[in-house]
Amino acid sequence: MSLTQLSAFEVAHKVRTGEVKAAEFAQAALEQIRAVDGVSGSLNPGELDPIEESKVHAFIQVTQDKAIEQAEKVDQKIANGDEPGLLAGVPLSVKDIFCVEGTRTTAASKIIANFVPPYTATAVQRLVDAGAIVLGKVNLDEFTFGSSNESSAFQPSTSNPWNTEYVPGGSSGGSAASVAAQEVALSLGTDTGGSIRQPAAFCGVVGLKPSYGRVSRLGLIAFASSLDCPGPLSRNVRDSALMLQVMAGNDPKDSTSSTLPVDDYLGALEQDVKGLRIGLSPDYEAVYYPDLESGELHSEPIQKGVREAVLRAAETLAKAGAEIVENVPMPNTRYGIPAYFVISRVEAASNLHRFDGVKYGYRTPEAVEDLNELYRRSRAEGFGLEPKLRILMGMYVSAAEHASSYYQKALKVRSMIRSDFEHAFDPQGAYRLDALLTSTTATTAFKRKAVYGNSVLMQYSDQMTVASNHAGVPALTMPGGLDENGLPIGIQLIGNDFREEMILRIGNAYEQLTADDAWRKVRPQVLQGEVRA
Amino acid sequence: MTTKRISPELFEKLVGLAALELTAEESTYLFEEMNHQLASVEALSQIPLPEDVEPSLHGLEPKGLPPRPDEWKPFAHPEAIIALAPETEDGMIVVPDVKGAK
Repeated sequence: MSLTQLSAFEVAHKVRTGEVKAAEFAQAALEQIRAVDGVSGSLNPGELDPIEESKVHAFIQVTQDKAIEQAEKVDQKIANGDEPGLLAGVPLSVKDIFCVEGTRTTAASKIIANFVPPYTATAVQRLVDAGAIVLGKVNLDEFTFGSSNESSAFQPSTSNPWNTEYVPGGSSGGSAASVAAQEVALSLGTDTGGSIRQPAAFCGVVGLKPSYGRVSRLGLIAFASSLDCPGPLSRNVRDSALMLQVMAGNDPKDSTSSTLPVDDYLGALEQDVKGLRIGLSPDYEAVYYPDLESGELHSEPIQKGVREAVLRAAETLAKAGAEIVENVPMPNTRYGIPAYFVISRVEAASNLHRFDGVKYGYRTPEAVEDLNELYRRSRAEGFGLEPKLRILMGMYVSAAEHASSYYQKALKVRSMIRSDFEHAFDPQGAYRLDALLTSTTATTAFKRKAVYGNSVLMQYSDQMTVASNHAGVPALTMPGGLDENGLPIGIQLIGNDFREEMILRIGNAYEQLTADDAWRKVRPQVLQGEVRA
Repeated sequence: MTTKRISPELFEKLVGLAALELTAEESTYLFEEMNHQLASVEALSQIPLPEDVEPSLHGLEPKGLPPRPDEWKPFAHPEAIIALAPETEDGMIVVPDVKGAK
């Protein structure tokens, strides 16, 4: 087994015991990046060699020198007999939405393409302090605004390692692809409406959106501050538990970061699923979307193979002693996207006002008459289409004359979505769930350009994930099979507030129970040497 | 044809308030997409909401530390922050004149 195939847990063990040096893991990761990633995303990609079509393009920037330096520090600690940390020598990629001191941090946008932050995000700092090796910054939809990676100002955008004609999902597409293509063992992503889970599902990896407030948002360039959650992506559940263990916990510099004690996530994995109550809901078996003329909701069943994967998982868990609770009502799930269109846009518009060509980032080089023109020109030239759309939408729905019909209403709908989960998890209630089992997405990955440009359809790809963001509850996605085209299917476990240990425990059990399934032996295209001209 | 809910005039006003400028092509696309998104948002008006439901600013109320005392703590490297500005002079950020200012 090559070094890049190992899990984070195995890497840390080998480094800690001195079997393999952290520097060797860093070199192996760099070689894998050179082999599969192709050119890094850039603002001026120029003409691309056709061979680049078969590459992953997860990275915007590979920070080779820093990675080698960090690895040498870990090796030095071990040589000195010092504690190297839980993630000693583990290769990590960081979504380019987290500030890293001295490293260019772009948010995949022209408007801050030259931004070099003077401080490091808490989540990144905790990972580095635990011995992780940052290989670089990975691509995303511009400012995280998208579900396919295609809206990045840094092109070529990331491809799906299972089939590079397909999108990796988004917005943490570079994160998911870099883990799936074995360029790194772990990636740090963010999830506002599904941005960790949807790409993790599309790329056949594990992704966890922690409870809101479990991981500090300090140093995360904000999209929608009441929804944003940093979280791990990995190739197995244990590695996500390990990464969360390192990142979770109060940060005095983020007033929304929780002071609740951090559970023993790794310890929880030792327990089985006997007697646990796992719910299935008919409200996660269809997608609901509006008629663009009347606004009326229509529904369509989720992809057949995806639904079958969920039922198969339920059966597997039932055989292992879990109790499957059917017909759990989650009736407000279908309103998740309309409410998200309002809440996330209002917050995004507010957060994007700071980019004005004055304090940092892009400033128009053209001569301007006054300060207002400087703002307008800098923002017009610096922002891509999707941020512009979100700013305009956010300003419209939050305008005083519409606030009661849009923003206030959306906040009430959020309360209703939250109450669905409270009923489902209530220990004295009718359902008393330990977790809700659903699909992560309604379909498997879609082809490049198939959806991009249709902002409504793109947003609806988050329908299975967005409710847990509204409610603030944790949710885990993990591979649950392959569809008829060989593309990964993601299944999702949603837990009660701060019960990450419970969904990780169930996820780990499912992984063990299906370890010998044939679909688990299939590897992504880019790892099979199938390079298409 | 999609029912337009935002007039072209209101759209232009929003563009100005957002401190943006759009090309004709961008305007056409964003105007259409905004109206499509509003068709989705209109679904909110069809939701039967109980009288007593309160709005939630967060799904899961943050239980962070209480606010710290408001004490001035200097950042160690203010020059690193100023250096990020596109144009500076003697430690100050330079901007064009504000219209009408003397």
